[in-house]
Amino acid sequence: MALIDLANPTRFLALANRIVPWLAGMTVAAFAVGLYLTFFVAPDDYQQGATVKIMFIHVPFAWLGMFCYSLMAASAIGTLVWKHPLADVSAKAAAPLGAAFTFLSLVTGSLWGKPMWGTWWVWDARLTSVLVLFIMYLGLIALWRTIEDPIRAGKAAAILILVGFINIPIIKFSVEWWNTLHQPASVMRIDGPTVHPSILVPLLVMTLAFTLLFLTLHLMAMRNEILRRRIRALRMREASASTGVSTMAPADATPAQ
Amino acid sequence: MTALGPHSAYILASYAISLAVVLGVIVWVLADQRRQKRALSDLEARGITRRSRGKAAREQAAADQTAGERTA
Repeated sequence: MALIDLANPTRFLALANRIVPWLAGMTVAAFAVGLYLTFFVAPDDYQQGATVKIMFIHVPFAWLGMFCYSLMAASAIGTLVWKHPLADVSAKAAAPLGAAFTFLSLVTGSLWGKPMWGTWWVWDARLTSVLVLFIMYLGLIALWRTIEDPIRAGKAAAILILVGFINIPIIKFSVEWWNTLHQPASVMRIDGPTVHPSILVPLLVMTLAFTLLFLTLHLMAMRNEILRRRIRALRMREASASTGVSTMAPADATPAQ
Repeated sequence: MTALGPHSAYILASYAISLAVVLGVIVWVLADQRRQKRALSDLEARGITRRSRGKAAREQAAADQTAGERTA
């Protein structure tokens, strides 16, 4: 199957139905290994003690908050430039997932910050820019809900997504550009990770597990969104048939046409 | 399992909240899937189908009718 074939929602649904069970199985397996390494193998950190275990979930949440928004930005380009039928569906389905992971990144960061920094929150560049990311997600979800026509909503959301994408490099480089309480990057560095393998390996396995979870949920949410738009088109056809007014929206042209 | 030390409440709270939110998202996605599938099957049960599917159904009915006339 060529990539272009996936532009057809029906073909995409068939592929998603085949992939989702495999992804779900891989997610469960990755979590089993990751949680075993986290609680039974990984040592305590020499400075943080056992609170390093919070890092095994905080870092994947932060990574997914940014990864999800980057995926939405790529989808926004697909919506505006190529009018790809599934691009807007992808962005809309990803937003609540990104919001949830960013929220968890903020909460787990706070729960780590209180015993380690002595405070739940500081208005430094890293924390504030991640809070802005969370608010962006909520704003986008609200925008999609405000405009009834999914195609118009998708275009407006795509513009807002691309404007908000400026925040992603700000989050990434905030710890280098400004003097912040948050520690600098220790995994994704040009000169390699500075974390000991006994902690790095569980962290990477947990990151893989959460990424697989995100991909599974994203495919499922995209499937739901395609069905929702199909139902909307069918109801419009039903309404126009009952009033005798012709509609221009074919029921099988699911998302953006 | 290693002991969680003096900050165990923070560690357990982090995992508990994360588990609650992740499970909440999974349940929400599954419930939404169920809702959409039910709505779609309700529409199809009332004869409101997609044009491609409706066309296929009409062609099948016409073929069945032709076959019936030949055997009669």
